[in-house]
Amino acid sequence: MSRLFYNIKQALTQIGRNKGMSLASFFAITAMMLILGLFFTISVNVNLFSEVVKQDYDTVELYLKDNVTADQTTKILTEARKLSGVTSVSYRTKEQALKIMKERWGESGYLLDSLGDNPLPNSILVKVDGVKAADRVSRYATTQSGIESTKYYKETVDKLNRITRYLQIGITVIMLFLVIVSVVVVSNTIKLTVFARAKEISIMKYIGATNWFIRGPFLVEGILIGVISSLISVAISYMIYARVVASIGTRLMTMLSSPLVSASYLTSNLTIIFLAMGVGIGACGSIISMRKFLDA
Amino acid sequence: MITLENVTKIYEGNNVGLENASINIDAGDFVFLVGPSGAGKSTFIKLILKEIEPDSGSIWVGDYDVTNLSNREVPQLRRKIGMVFQDFRLLPKKTVFENVAFAMEILHKSRRSIRRRVPQILRLVGIEDKRDRYPMELSAGEQQRVAIARAIINNPKVLIADEPTGNLDPVTAEDIMQLLDEINMTGTTILMVTHARDIVDKMNKRVVAIENGHIVRDEFGQYGYSDSDFMDWGIFDNE
Repeated sequence: MSRLFYNIKQALTQIGRNKGMSLASFFAITAMMLILGLFFTISVNVNLFSEVVKQDYDTVELYLKDNVTADQTTKILTEARKLSGVTSVSYRTKEQALKIMKERWGESGYLLDSLGDNPLPNSILVKVDGVKAADRVSRYATTQSGIESTKYYKETVDKLNRITRYLQIGITVIMLFLVIVSVVVVSNTIKLTVFARAKEISIMKYIGATNWFIRGPFLVEGILIGVISSLISVAISYMIYARVVASIGTRLMTMLSSPLVSASYLTSNLTIIFLAMGVGIGACGSIISMRKFLDA
Repeated sequence: MITLENVTKIYEGNNVGLENASINIDAGDFVFLVGPSGAGKSTFIKLILKEIEPDSGSIWVGDYDVTNLSNREVPQLRRKIGMVFQDFRLLPKKTVFENVAFAMEILHKSRRSIRRRVPQILRLVGIEDKRDRYPMELSAGEQQRVAIARAIINNPKVLIADEPTGNLDPVTAEDIMQLLDEINMTGTTILMVTHARDIVDKMNKRVVAIENGHIVRDEFGQYGYSDSDFMDWGIFDNE
């Protein structure tokens, strides 16, 4: 335990003595994490959006005009049921639609309360067994004057899945690159303190200190740089994202009928990711920087 | 205690460090290692500490087969060997007490045993009243005593002293030699590299002379070099 305090104290002194390079490390890692945070935020939200949409992906929604009569509705229901590839047909009132939407939005659902009049239309949900059947239903829908518009999600979901996959590949490549850059920057920072203490290290080695004993303070220095950078990154990401949610969250919801991931959920995830990366980058950086010194 | 068998070390550029050197130093011996600069004395010590690897031959220190020691085991070896240098090599930001205690901390000794043992050793080397001073506040002789205290605190089997009196005036040097002699009498093997003829002559111990990587003389008694020899070798210009 006293050993740990010794290491932390040493590390803080070293960071203090090397303000310039330590600052460079903080900036490099923080910048990298913010970029990662951006991609992570986009991918999480795209995922959420496709999840929301996916629940309806085998359904064609026929939105009815407000002035449609009950007779017309019954007619559409029976005719739609007869189309090939249709597995079931059901009617949904605008009140039910609002209730379902509220459930899906979860903790953001309260936002719907501010809508006042229910803007959602009554609708007919037609479950289909494929794209062809969906096409037939859409074509049928255009012939019916009582139907305002049609919505079919399958293609959207496929497209979203593809986008998500590309995003993930892109993020992985960029991250790998940025992680390498960060490790190099951290290892250079620590190399400076190692140089400054080269004599001390050689004395320690003569006395018979193990490599891990000598590494201790430098390892802690690297990890501290990583951890501090990650905390800064989390704070910045949270501030920016909370602002984004507050300003365009509602608009996005009315446009795409999908909420943004909440800032608190995002932050708790980013904290874990950033801390893990910060510790990893710091530890790798310091171990690499000391390799030459400890081999001999 | 220290055995070299047909050890050869040639540096880059065909510089001979040691060539086919064999020697046996028994436990409890006090051995002076003498010879001109660049003769191979440093190579000898570096090989024993496994700072460098021999090209051929085998080296033993106590139970350690140095040539076949893995890097992981090197710290274990060095803990069995106390080192004293011409330039003391104390940690400047630690007090006398902390410098000596450091050698015990490395072995993860308890704080209690450190508090008990360090004052004993400081008393043994005669600087118990300087325990809270920093190395820069001490005289050269006192600094060397701290270094010796650090070297012997973990009861090493071997003490290697690389020109320990090189930076000291004759009177202080004599005190340090007396201290080393006392340590030797407790059973610690001592290997001392030196250029100090008067000290070697006075101590009357085993003297091993190295020249051009070869052990050219190994006998009890005299230093065997005259000052004019060193003028020829030019060592006083270099050191």
